[in-house]
Amino acid sequence: MRPLYGLVLAGGVSSRMGQDKAALTYHGEPQLRYAFEVLSPMVERCFVSVRPAQKNEPLRAGFPQIVDAVDIDGPAAGLLSAHQAYPEAAWLVLACDLPLLDRVTLETLIGACQHQHTAVAYRSEHDGLPEPLCAIWEPAALEALVRQVAGGRNCPRKLLINSDTLLLSPQTQGALDNINTPEERESVTRRLGGQMIRLEVEYFAQMRELAGQKTETVETAFGTVGPLYEQLKEKYGFPFEASRLRVALNGDFASWTQPLMTGDHVVFIPPVTGG
Amino acid sequence: MTHFLMADAPVDLNALRDGLHLAEAGGFCTFEGWVRNSNEGRAVDGLEYEAYAALAVKEGERIIEEALARFEISHAVAMHRTGTLRIGDVAVWIGVSAPHRDAAFRACRYIIDEIKHRVPVWKKEHYLDGDAEWVACHHCQTAPRASDESHDHGHHHDHGSCGHQH
Repeated sequence: MRPLYGLVLAGGVSSRMGQDKAALTYHGEPQLRYAFEVLSPMVERCFVSVRPAQKNEPLRAGFPQIVDAVDIDGPAAGLLSAHQAYPEAAWLVLACDLPLLDRVTLETLIGACQHQHTAVAYRSEHDGLPEPLCAIWEPAALEALVRQVAGGRNCPRKLLINSDTLLLSPQTQGALDNINTPEERESVTRRLGGQMIRLEVEYFAQMRELAGQKTETVETAFGTVGPLYEQLKEKYGFPFEASRLRVALNGDFASWTQPLMTGDHVVFIPPVTGG
Repeated sequence: MTHFLMADAPVDLNALRDGLHLAEAGGFCTFEGWVRNSNEGRAVDGLEYEAYAALAVKEGERIIEEALARFEISHAVAMHRTGTLRIGDVAVWIGVSAPHRDAAFRACRYIIDEIKHRVPVWKKEHYLDGDAEWVACHHCQTAPRASDESHDHGHHHDHGSCGHQH
């Protein structure tokens, strides 16, 4: 039987985050170390995938590494390099920027693996397509990826879509959400810490009538008003799409992406009809 | 100086006019919006206006400041009612004085158009048949996108309201 090895991907550029995602701390230690420690007991051998330039970077230097030996963009470089180094192995590939990832998610993946599929992956909570970066890639899938990349297409997800992939339903909400921006990071930190923001939401006109109240105190883990509005829209049946609303924070119009803070006063402003 | 009033009761319009009657001004132009007795084929009994008053005043003041900067006018004042209004009541009042009439007309038009697009006021119509409804904005353009970062007070875009005419 082929061995199952683990590969934690830490070669990303983290351009949207503005700082190294592998070094961010969600669980009291750098996220790369956390991901490695969760994965390594479940596999025979475990490696961290890095670009050549990252080889001696202090955080990454302490782990068994697979340095990219294939010069292409994106995560396929890490997968193909691992396959090149150990062609007989199946790989449990794991992105390092999944702070809500839990053991159950990995155990379920391994438990579902019966070797007759070329890959085992979770169905995305967002679009239903396979998530390639928390998945088991059998040697046959990696061979197919070699051929796909040779044809000019580097997307690992595309390979899983076009292969005999066993698709699983997500075990834990958010476990496969990767965190790319400071806003997403703030929101997930709050969720992990159980730290909630307390807001005063005030309603006017039709929204006041539908909510059945003029003001309410809302506790939320969301970092911005967009997802908060979706939640309230669902709860009260507001007829307005967010795209038709403006929002006011603390008495003046504000951007939908302005970070929320405890004590903020929030008003959603439906299309006005004065005059 | 206060240029924009949100009023929950009738206002003395002559007093507003007197405040615009300056020595430099050669004329004065006003627009009054009244409650009429029908809308889209339904017989209307009266209106109820609800406002986010603090922000309405803030945005209304900005509109008047824009008009003062944009047009050669002497002074401008606007008033918007809240509460319950009957047929014929004055719902909105705009007065502009200027050395010459053209600027007064244009500034007056600018101010009422911007008020209708930007000031957070909502209208509920009460119909003769006893029904009542918040007026939907049928003629609305698409509002600013939720992701819109900028906070632009220019007048070339629609702020999510309608051109619902009195």
